[in-house]
Amino acid sequence: MARKLARHTGGQEKTVPWLTLKMRETMEAWLFISPTLAGFLIFFVGPLVAVVWYSLTEWNLLSQQSVFVGLDNYQDALVRNADFWKVVRNSIIFAIGLVPLNMGMALALALALSRPFRGVIFFRTVFFAPVVTSAVAWAIVWKFLLQGDAGFVNQLLAQVGIHGPNWLREPDWAMVAVIITRVIKMVGLNMILYIAALQAIPRDYEAAARLEGASSWQIFRMITWPLLGPTTLVIMVITTIGSFKVFDHIYLMTGGGPENGTLVLAFYIYQQGFQFFDVGYASALAMIMFVIVMGLTITQLALRRRDT
Amino acid sequence: MTNLLSQRRLKVIKQICWTFSLGVVAIPFVFPFLWMISAGLKGPSEIFGQPSLIPTELRWSNYLEVFSYQPFARQYFNSLYIAVAVTVLTLFISSLAGYALARLRFAGAALVGLFLVSALMVPEEVTIIPNFFLIRWLGLSDTHWPLILLPVFGPQGIVGTFLMRQYFLALPKELEEAGKMDGLSRLGVWWRIALPMSRPALAAVAIITFLNSWNLFLEPLIFISSLEKFTLPLALSNFTDPYGLPLWHLQLAATTLAVGPILIVYLIAQRQIIESFALSGVKG
Repeated sequence: MARKLARHTGGQEKTVPWLTLKMRETMEAWLFISPTLAGFLIFFVGPLVAVVWYSLTEWNLLSQQSVFVGLDNYQDALVRNADFWKVVRNSIIFAIGLVPLNMGMALALALALSRPFRGVIFFRTVFFAPVVTSAVAWAIVWKFLLQGDAGFVNQLLAQVGIHGPNWLREPDWAMVAVIITRVIKMVGLNMILYIAALQAIPRDYEAAARLEGASSWQIFRMITWPLLGPTTLVIMVITTIGSFKVFDHIYLMTGGGPENGTLVLAFYIYQQGFQFFDVGYASALAMIMFVIVMGLTITQLALRRRDT
Repeated sequence: MTNLLSQRRLKVIKQICWTFSLGVVAIPFVFPFLWMISAGLKGPSEIFGQPSLIPTELRWSNYLEVFSYQPFARQYFNSLYIAVAVTVLTLFISSLAGYALARLRFAGAALVGLFLVSALMVPEEVTIIPNFFLIRWLGLSDTHWPLILLPVFGPQGIVGTFLMRQYFLALPKELEEAGKMDGLSRLGVWWRIALPMSRPALAAVAIITFLNSWNLFLEPLIFISSLEKFTLPLALSNFTDPYGLPLWHLQLAATTLAVGPILIVYLIAQRQIIESFALSGVKG
């Protein structure tokens, strides 16, 4: 041991003259972090700067030339192009339909499944299974189930005397179908976040409240719900941002249709950029999406700060 | 005594009602999987006949046809090897960065952390257009490189970095100090001491990264054009007849093949997998 220590300090002395320990640590840290940082700069920061520039230009993919056009693309979106506001409206309807449904269901399931009973693991496994399934597979199967008269869902409805709509061919019903199938796919994720939060609440609180004669509803309203506050906030933001990102689900189930009834922002960007090759306009849309998502995030941070 | 018995009976009845109602709620979660398997074994005509979960005759030939319709085996292999590559690279890079952020003190650490976290909030749709041109400029269009590079260096890698950082922070420092005393370099401490102690965190990162890559859709859609370079999600969306209408029996058989192994692994390791998502979800 003594010899080892001596050798060790001996080794240190050699390096100290030209590199202090602190400098050495800093160098090592940057070395460790450099792959992540380099990739981050190349595939994230660079493109983020580029998209700002693109959004100010008109790019013709065929002639490979770009012309500076100022805020023209933004004007196109906000003023000239009626599609844009329809897309914004669709995105908001999608979010307003999806977020409360997802969160309410997640909380209800979590309350039901946060305590041990026979079969609890089975049900948690079932409700979480769609989360690990690819959105493409999920959308394909539901598209199959939701076909007009031949679709299984409508045949099932016919059994009880309901004439089901042609789900994916009528704009409003298509939106309903996309929202519901998306909720079923993703609700498991929020469910387990709620379960984790519920299990972190000390059982004594509830026991004490019961001794005082509180009802289950009172316990939920006065103890559980307030304690879930921070989790609810995080889930709300993740789910809302997630709802703005939805792409593959809509691409496969409706393709943005019918009559652009399910055309949401993420899909619109893809359509303008990669199907119509209107790079400048698509970049302006991407910037608008960036602003919306950042706005949501900052709102969350502000809310959280106010709470604590 | 009788009172006690009836109370117990009441409890059992309550339990049964409870389980039954949960079972009803579970139907739309389970049913699509069952129907997928069933319809994948039906003929094209039976698929639109009277709905029944059990096919009148099992058409296993659908599964053969899937492989002759497009190079499905090749596409399956593409998805598999890309997901493995993404997972290995992500584990390596994010645990290195996570270790630096957790253990090393250096000027700018907080700033770097903040910088990286901010990226988590930005949807990939925002940067996908410039990335498309970048990849094309690098001459990597219609190769698997963008499907590996973009996820590894994208938000997924950063989630991994912070998961690892969180775990390293909770580890006792003493073992690493002892390692240093024994003459290990910083890299040696990371590789020989910190990483072996972090298996649970590494497993969590591996699980979410693998699934994310396996299910990736937007990037393959944009970058890949050759059939034999497709990944599974792209291949699944490609079972159509010459008029662009879906060939349901093939599509659903192929979907079963793509989803099946994931579901089997999930059923075996559900606790671990659900915990991994819980960890990453709280972070995101």
